[in-house]
Amino acid sequence: MNKQSQIRNFSIIAHIDHGKSTLADRILDFTGALSEREKQDQFLDKMDLERERGITIKLQSVRLPYRAKDGQEYILNLIDTPGHVDFSYEVSRSLQACEGALLVVDAAQGVEAQTLANVYLALENDLEIIPVINKIDLPSADPERVKEEVEEVIGLDASDAVLASAKAGIGIEDILEQIVAKVPAPAGDTEAPLQALIFDSFYDAYKGVIVYMRVVQGTIRKGMKIKMMATGKTFEVLEVGAYNPHPVSMDELSVGEVGFVVASIKNVKDTRVGDTITDATNPAPEPLPGYRKTNPMVFCGLYPVDSSQYEDLREALEKLELNDASLAYEPETSNALGFGFRCGFLGLLHMEIIQERIEREFQISLITTAPSVVYQVYLTDGTSIQIENPTLMPPVQKIDHVEEPYVRAGIMVPNDFVGTVMELCQNKRGQYIDMKYLDTNRVNLQYDLPLSEIVYDFFDLLKSSTKGYASFDYELIGNKTSDLVKMDVLLNGEVVDALSFIVHRNRAQHRGRLLVEKLKKLIPRQMFEIPIQAAIGNKVVARENISAIRKNVLAKCYGGDISRKRKLLEKQKEGKKRMKAVGSVEVPQEAFMAVLKMEEK
Amino acid sequence: MLSPKAVYIHIPFCATKCHYCDFTAYVVDGQPVDDYIDALEKEIEMTVKDAPPGKLDSIFIGGGTPTVLTPVQMEKLLRMIQSYFPNWSSTIEYTMEANPGTTSSELLSVMRAGGVNRLSFGAQTFEPHLLRDIGRSHGVSEIATSVKDARYAGFTNISLDLMFGLPNQTVEQVRDTLERAVALSVDHFSCYSLKVEEGTLFYHLEERGQLPLPTEDAEYAMYQLIRDYLLQQGYVQYEVSNFSKPGRSSKHNSTYWRNEAYYGFGAGAHGYVNHIRHANVKGITEYIGRIDNGERPILQQNKIDIQEQMENYFILGLRLLAGVSLKQFEQQYGLPADKVFKEAIETLVKKQFLIIEDDTLRLTEQGLLFGNDVFAQFLY
Repeated sequence: MNKQSQIRNFSIIAHIDHGKSTLADRILDFTGALSEREKQDQFLDKMDLERERGITIKLQSVRLPYRAKDGQEYILNLIDTPGHVDFSYEVSRSLQACEGALLVVDAAQGVEAQTLANVYLALENDLEIIPVINKIDLPSADPERVKEEVEEVIGLDASDAVLASAKAGIGIEDILEQIVAKVPAPAGDTEAPLQALIFDSFYDAYKGVIVYMRVVQGTIRKGMKIKMMATGKTFEVLEVGAYNPHPVSMDELSVGEVGFVVASIKNVKDTRVGDTITDATNPAPEPLPGYRKTNPMVFCGLYPVDSSQYEDLREALEKLELNDASLAYEPETSNALGFGFRCGFLGLLHMEIIQERIEREFQISLITTAPSVVYQVYLTDGTSIQIENPTLMPPVQKIDHVEEPYVRAGIMVPNDFVGTVMELCQNKRGQYIDMKYLDTNRVNLQYDLPLSEIVYDFFDLLKSSTKGYASFDYELIGNKTSDLVKMDVLLNGEVVDALSFIVHRNRAQHRGRLLVEKLKKLIPRQMFEIPIQAAIGNKVVARENISAIRKNVLAKCYGGDISRKRKLLEKQKEGKKRMKAVGSVEVPQEAFMAVLKMEEK
Repeated sequence: MLSPKAVYIHIPFCATKCHYCDFTAYVVDGQPVDDYIDALEKEIEMTVKDAPPGKLDSIFIGGGTPTVLTPVQMEKLLRMIQSYFPNWSSTIEYTMEANPGTTSSELLSVMRAGGVNRLSFGAQTFEPHLLRDIGRSHGVSEIATSVKDARYAGFTNISLDLMFGLPNQTVEQVRDTLERAVALSVDHFSCYSLKVEEGTLFYHLEERGQLPLPTEDAEYAMYQLIRDYLLQQGYVQYEVSNFSKPGRSSKHNSTYWRNEAYYGFGAGAHGYVNHIRHANVKGITEYIGRIDNGERPILQQNKIDIQEQMENYFILGLRLLAGVSLKQFEQQYGLPADKVFKEAIETLVKKQFLIIEDDTLRLTEQGLLFGNDVFAQFLY
């Protein structure tokens, strides 16, 4: 089955809301891949969470037969990409599996920061980029301006850009024709030793890990012994196939083809995204370029509210880990919260998704500590350690200096908000790098910022201070030395380890003050007075008192009230259950996230 | 369950609606009061046919303001009650709620003749500005006048309702109110702290930040002042919010706290008969309509299972400062209380919220102040 010249592999690059999923659905629809019953919106986004948030978390690929206007039958492989910066490595791997990409830009909103980041990734991978101006049926659409923007900002020739409306089904055939005409057919030798690029994998309870891959050289067949070149693990192929979009078994997949491999693989950690599959008996001399192990960037403690659910939480993490090679966790004990796990994530969105899935799919109510980044701590004895939990920060006397991760952030913002955004970046210890006018109205700002500030509340502030007009993206650029201190919080004189955080010395007092004020509002009055203190080492930098509650009893309770009063008492009891006893103080769940939710004044 | 020995009848009409009131109560002007009394009669008839009464220990006519009825309407109501509930204990407590200024001598004598032997006046406060600001329709002087009139008409058991924690109320004002109230040497006081309920004018004001309630500490001081002062003046605190001269505690309300059966008649009324709690529909028209259709006007009802009965035994019973009998619990439910509620009782005794003396479990001083924490422990 030598159809190599008829294969076109492409993905879709778009900013959230610019219509990627709708376009993907229309393409499936146009090529006849979906039955009437399946034409439910956003076929590719399988998880509820993805549909709710309008984002793609797990990748999908589909193989679509298409008879082009030249009369020939083509195979189009659409490889879907996640749309968030947390998953940019996954994006880069799926782009590497393609020869072309559709660049979808909203005809009203124009190019956004995220789009830009992914376009650069695509250009790095030498992809043929086909601009698509989507939503041209919107009253506010201005396709000509957006075309200009694509040319000016990205430097792409947009004269042939397809004017489309995925929603209204306009321009779909033009898009497919351009894919056939412009995206190169895959190169490669079907007889060469196997090299297949893994761009995703997921765990299936019946088949084990299902690997999504693209054959770059050679052929993969059922019965073949394969080897993962980075992990060194070998497996026997039980099944190969492709999605149409339903899984269909095939005898083999050859150069340029995209599909899945099943090989009794027990753990997604053995099938790392970016790794190369080769023939174990006739291995390729070297793996495909670009593999790297993704490391978690953001850490937080996850604790069950009900401590008897600790084992349930462990099981939930184990199950999620089956499907998520970038989720890391290890047991952790907190004086305040008991037994839990320190978990590592690719970013904040990844963290929120995992938390939500644990609460939703496994019904475990969680207490989450404020997220932290990984600090590199250089000690006076010449050694260095990595700290991903503020509690573990060594005493000041033992520290020589501390480094924290920095990112280079690109922020696209309308002219009017440039001042506001610059001020925000300055407040967040940002270093100005560059500023470019995209057109007369929009500016692309570049700043280097500590990742910890991004994790803290940068997103929210950026959104609120620009009325939602700013778009934002970042990449890690390594560690820099900072003057950082650990802030402890004491409730009733006892340090609450779960509330400790690391902060820049200049901002410490201010943040300590905000935090104790916030905690005073969140912690209900109890039967005794509770001092709340923020301290650096032994030095208290802020203090508040929660005065004691004097009475709590319903004045009136007669015949008509009984059922209602019981409900009130039940509510009170439920509220208590959601609180965590820290020493003798009952602390509500929200308090542990309070470190994050402090509005700067 | 024993036949009910207590009857509650709700008269959902008032001259005006108070700003804190979330009871079923409608301004009386233009209401079909006579039809309502007829409907009440039919509801009572339907109910007692299925669940005949025992010898009554108490009747309570509450509202609203039952004394907005005309003497003729009142007489009709009281006669009707006598005819359906002829069998009274010799010590029956028969209470009528009243607002100061609504008790003409004619009405008072109709009530006496109908068997009413206890009056409960909604005085609330003796501070004229506060009375106005909470929407009461009477003045301060009418409180004393009404009490005097009632005595003159032969009533020897009189209770006053007082409120504290009112917007702009001070501890000093509470002291002044107490002095003036005690000077009337009434037999009983119910002292409630204001609770802002949804659907009231106060609720809306509070939502908008326009309700200057006293601080929690001030409210606490008011409560303690009330307890201390009334104790000094010879009143016994027998429940969280109720005080009486010795022997004058409310029998009817004790029915609720002892978790015993009672009938509830009228729009919005609640009853507890044969372990079924029910609530009636609240609208006057709906109430009358349902009865005219030959149905009982029940909005919802639910069977109270043994577990909930046992919980209520403590949740309600512990409101009485004399406490609850553990022996009686065991007799009633066939299980020892210290087994069923082992953890709750142990925890609360250890926290010194509860104390066990002989057969009796009761609140300590601290337990009284944190009653909700105590009661919640008994919930499963």
